Amino acid sequence: MTNQLFRHRRVRRFGVRAALMVFALGVLGATPVDAGGTLRVAMSASDVPLPNGQTDQGAEGMRFMGYSLFEALVGYDLSSRDKPVTLIPGLATGWSVDADDRTRWTFKLRSGVKFHDGSLFTAAAVVWNLDKILNKDAAQYDTKQAGQGRGRVPTIASYKAIDDSTVEIVTTKPDALFPYQIAWIVMSSPAQWEKSGKSWDNFIKNPSGTGPWKLSTYTPRERAELVPNNAYWDANRIPKLDKMVLLPVPDPSARVAALRSGQVDWIEAPPPDALPSLKDAGFVISSNVYPHVWPWHFSRVEGSPWNDIRVRKAANLAIDRAGMKSLLGGLMLEAQGQVPPSSDWFGNPTFKVRYDVAEAKRLMKEAGYSKDNPLQVKAIISPAGSGQMQPMVMNELIQQNLAEIGIKVDFDVRDWNALLANWRAGAKDATTEGAHSTNSSYFSQDPFTALMRHLDSRLIAPKGTNWGYYQDPELDKLVDGIRGEFDPAKQVKVIQKLHERYVDNALFLFVAHDVGPRAMSPKVKGFVQAQNWFQDLTPVSIEGE
Amino acid sequence: MFEYLAKRLLYAVPICITVSALCFSLVYLAPGDPLSAVLPADASQEIIDDVKAQYGLDKPVYVQYALWLGRAVTGDLGTSIGSGRPVAEEIGQAIVNSLILAAFASVVGFTIGSALGMIAGYHSGSTTDKMVSAIAISGVSVPHYWLGIVLVVIFSVKLNWLPAMGAGAGGSQAWQWDWEHMRFMILPAITLAAIPTGIITRSVRALVADTLSKEFVTALRAKGLTERTIFVHVVKNSAPTALSVVGVQLGYLMAGSILVETVFSWPGTGLLLNTAIFQRDIPLLQGTILVLALFFVGLNLLVDALQPLLDPRISRS
Repeated sequence: MTNQLFRHRRVRRFGVRAALMVFALGVLGATPVDAGGTLRVAMSASDVPLPNGQTDQGAEGMRFMGYSLFEALVGYDLSSRDKPVTLIPGLATGWSVDADDRTRWTFKLRSGVKFHDGSLFTAAAVVWNLDKILNKDAAQYDTKQAGQGRGRVPTIASYKAIDDSTVEIVTTKPDALFPYQIAWIVMSSPAQWEKSGKSWDNFIKNPSGTGPWKLSTYTPRERAELVPNNAYWDANRIPKLDKMVLLPVPDPSARVAALRSGQVDWIEAPPPDALPSLKDAGFVISSNVYPHVWPWHFSRVEGSPWNDIRVRKAANLAIDRAGMKSLLGGLMLEAQGQVPPSSDWFGNPTFKVRYDVAEAKRLMKEAGYSKDNPLQVKAIISPAGSGQMQPMVMNELIQQNLAEIGIKVDFDVRDWNALLANWRAGAKDATTEGAHSTNSSYFSQDPFTALMRHLDSRLIAPKGTNWGYYQDPELDKLVDGIRGEFDPAKQVKVIQKLHERYVDNALFLFVAHDVGPRAMSPKVKGFVQAQNWFQDLTPVSIEGE
Repeated sequence: MFEYLAKRLLYAVPICITVSALCFSLVYLAPGDPLSAVLPADASQEIIDDVKAQYGLDKPVYVQYALWLGRAVTGDLGTSIGSGRPVAEEIGQAIVNSLILAAFASVVGFTIGSALGMIAGYHSGSTTDKMVSAIAISGVSVPHYWLGIVLVVIFSVKLNWLPAMGAGAGGSQAWQWDWEHMRFMILPAITLAAIPTGIITRSVRALVADTLSKEFVTALRAKGLTERTIFVHVVKNSAPTALSVVGVQLGYLMAGSILVETVFSWPGTGLLLNTAIFQRDIPLLQGTILVLALFFVGLNLLVDALQPLLDPRISRS
């Protein structure tokens, strides 16, 4: 029966495809779209990301929904797995900052781009979308989208349309990192919002962006179906698939079972212990380094044992990262700093983060500690959490490693949300309860999120996320230098100096970088896993469909 | 009879108020911030405070409770922080899916449980009784989560007979009572039915064995009634207690399916609760717990109302 239905569907689909092909060739005279089957994705998210524009469900939401249906002025080059991802023109063909007034940015918009509903993308739409998240008096202001987007563009002071294809954005202070920030802000269709009765609740039932995918079905909590936007402005990025189905499957075992039983073709974040059996069964495991770091963030308040650089360096030398990698089934990159060595921002630190127990013991002895006279530290960790990899196993290994050199670690295990709440509150907050470090994995998509926000003394919690109360005027100068350097090549040099300062002073316990594992059926073709949280799903196809 | 029902209904009022207060306040004991899951991790305090105010989370807890209760009695359970949709709408869809699953699991659990209980009760002390008891204890003891995974490994991964997750190819909105859709509920329903089957088997076995040892059964046999007629009497005498067990188990099937629905990604109230817990979606959590608790109270009321029909002694007492 199933096979019969399947055959009928295939016959019907073939018929529809043939008709479409004839129509395309005969009437439009255009190249037919290379349709490539249906891809069913089991996401690790617990809900279907909201198709409103500034979506939820973290980076996974933006990966599958946000950047599929919508686009920003600035995009990411996700076409290669071998080189770090860089910014590229998106809905803006170019941008520049005023040479005399470094707060004044001009974005030239791509002409002829249309939203899925057919309305034209113009400078007015950009202003409308910025109002959506920044102007509480605007009719289209949306608390949910503002919550997701406003914090990404903290330096916007004003914005206006110069003409139909030019937008001017003024920042509160010179900020060379502004293009990274604006890359987060995606454009929803004002016309579609109007058609939806000026309601975001209605808009999500039939959303409209400019992205390469269009939403065809949306069932909250269950599934979303995306189909190609064949009128997409970049012909090279019109999706090859007929359809992409997104399913929220938060339970990792359920995701593995769904893949193995053929219910889905692609699963996000397979558990490490399932990898050998998945490989044996012929499934493909895809992974690549991406901007993520799993560190211990040290408290630097008065009395913290991590104030002693010898102790910090010793701890960094005591971690058996290769052993940890083996424990995780190979799914991590051994950290040598806050960013991977392959990053343009790594620089050339003099302190080499490595596994050297003898040197670690020597440093600890110099600091007055040994295995018999250990230093006591308390570390906040979580049993799970977004981006936290396998925190219990990893921390237990660290505990063993540090015990070897005379650092006795007591864990304060907290729920992930509780850990985050303390991270925002800072090391001096009562909820820290005497802990000397916290273990939150960090998103490091741009210089600010990767390096600047953690140690800038002007961002000490709760103003920002300098949890440890670290203060270093030299480091602050480097941070200002990055913001004030508008020449990309020169800016990279300053970022490298900042990273070298991170490593040479062992400012964190650098442990691991995640490699974003995903498992997929061998039928999935064309996927190039970029070194990023976001991925381009347009080249993917399903073999044999 | 009317007085009996009125009393029961009256007793339900303080229970409902207590349940609402408990489910409102208990979620605040959990650590973490309800907005952590919906805002970026590095959202500024200003944005957090702003969103808190939008959801009314900046007010004292007792004020929040009073406002929530005031709205809840009109059927407005607030808006989900995670999805932005009305909680009542979210629960309405999920409860239908859970009812579908619970109904199927009930049929499996109650039929098998009653049959096995009867057999064991009639053969009390025999090898059959011991075997049935062993099955029943296994059903009660085996963790849902583990059983679900084992069934998936066998029937989905190895044999590829049944789907491992979901509620059908088009999701629950395209649900139909045909094989293409019902096959999706077989594994979760069997998993869900394991514990009720064990409990019902044991309860029915004890009731039947107890009833069979009563003097009136000896009297019926002495009067020469057929075993078939005696069986009817045994069922009649065991039914009221069995019904209360069944009622509790039906409530359990609705509310106790968090792990099963999560393992099988079945879009019911269990999965909704799980999502709400992990997202710290307080309005959704409070609303779902309240609705399930009220469902439980309503079910107990229904059982209380049905019991006197089966056993008039209850209303007389």
